Amino acid sequence: MTLTLDIDKPSEKKPVVVQTIILAAGLALLVLAPLFFYPVFLMKLLCFALFACAFNLLLGYTGLLSFGHAAFFGGAAYFTAHAVKEWGLPPELGILVGVAGAAFLGAIIGFLAIRRQGIYFAMITLALAQMFYFFCLQAEFTKGEDGIQSVPRGHLFGFIDLSQSTNMYYFVLGVFIIGVAIIWRIIHSPFGMILKSIRENETRAVSLGYSVRNYKLAAFVMSAALTGLAGGIKALVFQFATLTDVSWQMSGEVILMTLLGGIGTLIGPLFGAGLVVTLQNYLATSEFPVTIITGLVFMVCVLLFRRGIVGEFYNSRLGRKLGFEHRH
Amino acid sequence: MIFGIPLQAFLGQLLIGLINGSFYALLSLGLAIIFGLLRVINFAHGAQYMLGAFFAWLLLSYFGIGYWPALIVAPLAVGLVGAIIERTMLRRLYSLDPLYGLLFTFGLALTIEGTFRYLYGASGQPYATPATLAGGTNLGFMFLPIYRGWVIAFSLVVCIGTWLVIEKTKLGSYLRAATENPILVQSFGINVPFLLTLTYALGAALAALAGVLAAPIYQVSPLMGSNIIIVVFAVVVVGGMGSIMGAIVTGYLLGVAEGLTKVFYPEASNIVIFVIMAIVLLIRPAGLFGRDV
Repeated sequence: MTLTLDIDKPSEKKPVVVQTIILAAGLALLVLAPLFFYPVFLMKLLCFALFACAFNLLLGYTGLLSFGHAAFFGGAAYFTAHAVKEWGLPPELGILVGVAGAAFLGAIIGFLAIRRQGIYFAMITLALAQMFYFFCLQAEFTKGEDGIQSVPRGHLFGFIDLSQSTNMYYFVLGVFIIGVAIIWRIIHSPFGMILKSIRENETRAVSLGYSVRNYKLAAFVMSAALTGLAGGIKALVFQFATLTDVSWQMSGEVILMTLLGGIGTLIGPLFGAGLVVTLQNYLATSEFPVTIITGLVFMVCVLLFRRGIVGEFYNSRLGRKLGFEHRH
Repeated sequence: MIFGIPLQAFLGQLLIGLINGSFYALLSLGLAIIFGLLRVINFAHGAQYMLGAFFAWLLLSYFGIGYWPALIVAPLAVGLVGAIIERTMLRRLYSLDPLYGLLFTFGLALTIEGTFRYLYGASGQPYATPATLAGGTNLGFMFLPIYRGWVIAFSLVVCIGTWLVIEKTKLGSYLRAATENPILVQSFGINVPFLLTLTYALGAALAALAGVLAAPIYQVSPLMGSNIIIVVFAVVVVGGMGSIMGAIVTGYLLGVAEGLTKVFYPEASNIVIFVIMAIVLLIRPAGLFGRDV
């Protein structure tokens, strides 16, 4: 007995060590990345990765497929751009305005959408986000088809010049890490457990006495707010906010990133976003439309590859050996 | 004059509303039929509508085949494509969460639209109104382009015909039974997998038929489908997908509501259907004709 215990113990500890090493290596890679890659490309990647992680909080951990997350992403980009450019707010406050705006939008859209379930939920979020798109098309402050151009990046906390791309990169990286840490904290809290129980069996969660509606709405608003964080930094990185970010294609893109990386895995969306953004950059110069590839990847993923890259890894022999959660 | 609006303008917008409503009704009808049996929300419905219009345009410009044959050939062709897609791919998703069906058909829509955009460009191609339906007639109180009258009448006939087929024929009773309990129906010796294929093909063909009807009114463009499908989703949420007649009636009603908004408050005409959807969700979440919660 004692012998087996002795064997068991180190093998239980080992995964934690390995996972810590992988995490540290990943962080080191992100810190050193600007030495090897074009910073704007990396910043775009991180923005979309955070966007996809925030989206995954809803799809992967609560089981709600929102087809309208572009409203929060693009909406926050508009709010931040407007706050920084027209009101002259510093970048950190500008981003907060974006986050607050996205959370507010999330509360409205979420309140309406959670009244229906499953497939209807997806259609309602899509329709309401489209309504927001038309609002942005006609509203004064969004500048219509032009969008809000030449948004100043400003000085972080008044003394870090964000117009330098290295500074900007580490700022974006910091925001990304904070965002992912918040998501990690949410899904590992008792609150996150309840969200998962709703995903697994909503009826049972109701019968256990949880007010599922409130939990869903809370998850929706949190996801929207974190999406707003991604949208806000995106507006500062690219220094503009346009209709592209609020269009339904953008909602589709974030679904693809999450699906490709692995629904319900914390870092899967990072890989999904990396692949999609790389693909877009690669195809940007060619005549060939990205949508054909995107559509095909969607179909292949749904038919053959529903766990996504990280999900498949977790489920592989190596992944299990390293002690990653076995998820569906 | 009605509410300070000239009668001509009022009736003109009412007519446009009825035309749009015809397309909403045809499309939401197809969506409801497919969803009823397959439990799949067919995101590719807009793309199939676009395919119908494009088939008609291709037939005319490459083979000189006119509107009337296209009205039959294009839906058949798109229905066939739909059947192949259902047999080879969509079928594998029935045992999964319905959301995967939505995601798959979304990818399908992107691929089809992207391909046509690549081949024919994003701008629209004009499609001439068939000679027999050209011109218009003066009704005394307004001028009615004959083709538009034809679209409203014909789509009404198709909608009611489809409803009759589903409610009154033997095939329809099989369909309805398979919607309620596919396993039981299968055990009676009815080929349910074939029914599923047929249903998807029928839904796709209805979308294509709407596309051919739309070709002379709107231009034939690769993007025509994605513009309309989101509105049709809202229509479906308002109507609830439990009832075929509900889908048809809601389609026409919301089309007219949109048209009338254009008269009284044009700025809101883009979003009025979404606003109505939000109000319905607040008051009657299951939808006007919905049975499920």
